[in-house]
Amino acid sequence: MIVLVISLALFLVGLYAIITKRNMIKVAIGFSLMEYAVNFLLAIVGFRPGALPPILKAVEVGKVYADPLPQALVLTSIVIGLGVTAFLLALALRLYNRIGSFDLEEIQRLKG
Amino acid sequence: MADLVILLIFMVAAGIVAVEIKDLLASAIALGAVGFAVAIGFIRLAAPDLAIVQIVIEVLSVVFFVAVILKTTHVDSAAGRAYKGADIFTFVVFGVFAFVFIFFSVKLLLSFAPMDRALGPVANHYLTQGLAETGAVNRVTAVVLDYRALDTLGEATVLFTAVIGALSVLRLEGRKK
Amino acid sequence: MSGMTPIVKVVARIVGGFVFLFGCYVILYGHLSPGGGFAGGAVLAAGFMLLRLAFGTTAKQEKSTSISSSVFESTGGLMFLLIAILGLFVGGYFFANLFPSFGTPGLLVSAGSIPLANIAIAIKVGAAVISVFVLLASTKYIFKE
Repeated sequence: MIVLVISLALFLVGLYAIITKRNMIKVAIGFSLMEYAVNFLLAIVGFRPGALPPILKAVEVGKVYADPLPQALVLTSIVIGLGVTAFLLALALRLYNRIGSFDLEEIQRLKG
Repeated sequence: MADLVILLIFMVAAGIVAVEIKDLLASAIALGAVGFAVAIGFIRLAAPDLAIVQIVIEVLSVVFFVAVILKTTHVDSAAGRAYKGADIFTFVVFGVFAFVFIFFSVKLLLSFAPMDRALGPVANHYLTQGLAETGAVNRVTAVVLDYRALDTLGEATVLFTAVIGALSVLRLEGRKK
Repeated sequence: MSGMTPIVKVVARIVGGFVFLFGCYVILYGHLSPGGGFAGGAVLAAGFMLLRLAFGTTAKQEKSTSISSSVFESTGGLMFLLIAILGLFVGGYFFANLFPSFGTPGLLVSAGSIPLANIAIAIKVGAAVISVFVLLASTKYIFKE
């Protein structure tokens, strides 16, 4: 149980970065942290104490196996996270090209 | 479970370092520390597939961060600025949200996912019938590419869209400036 | 991008081949051992990035890599869709396994169309990662004062 709570704390660290930081790179790092936290939480949900990996020829009686379904969904989610990071970094580069810094408050000055 | 708790505390500590440190390069490296800790945790959670993918993707994402930071600046110019009234309001809102989020998540997870419950019928079907139905020894691959291949197609589409978005944001031809 | 020091070049020359070999192993044995198309494609892309960062590139190489990686990405996606549509005709539903009982379970030739789909996904993911890397690490976008 405590494991799930600490994963949620890691999620909140990422959310804190997204909400309060004014630097574009820090926002991208916050997105990555949130993604790790959610992936880890899903992997914990698929785990049982003493479980074996779901790579087997036949199920042996009396042995516990991890749930393959959350693992499969997290597998795709990790790769999507890389795509999100790449897109945010491209946006950050473009922002730097335009205003000369990663500061998000500078965008507001461009208005009008 | 004690080893997982230690690993998670390390992850939270490295995450706070990544968010709060002023040098952006150090921040990206701290993010890499979190990612490798996640990979170790996946091995502990009986998910070697996820561990392999996580290690490789973490290396790639740190390389992307370093490539961008080396080309621009590694000083966080926004850090250390004095807080205004609106920022304090943001902190208060975040604090309230964090409290509510943790409270209801714990309440929900206590009823929803106790650690020692038995596997559901779908997971049991994948484990017992997976080899006969798909022929794949690795059940995660069987789920990704046979039972739920449509999800994988959606994932491929999302990755394609992200790459196209990055390419079009950074294009040089056809731009006014 | 200019290359790195001779130490890095020698080490990259030795390690690079093993990285590509490991990537191919992870892709082809994805249905038997941990790994699969996502991990294998990313490993191949990481090996490519290792060589690029160690030996450096020219602007012309960057241009041709960018074009060929987008071609490979579309090819991988279309291969995956083709397997799906063949499943529609052979098995009766989208993404049906083409020949699930072909070969011995536990050996390399088994699991029907899963290894083929692994290869398609690996091409797709590897090409996507390479094209993003070429974009973000390209010398066209250096904004340092």
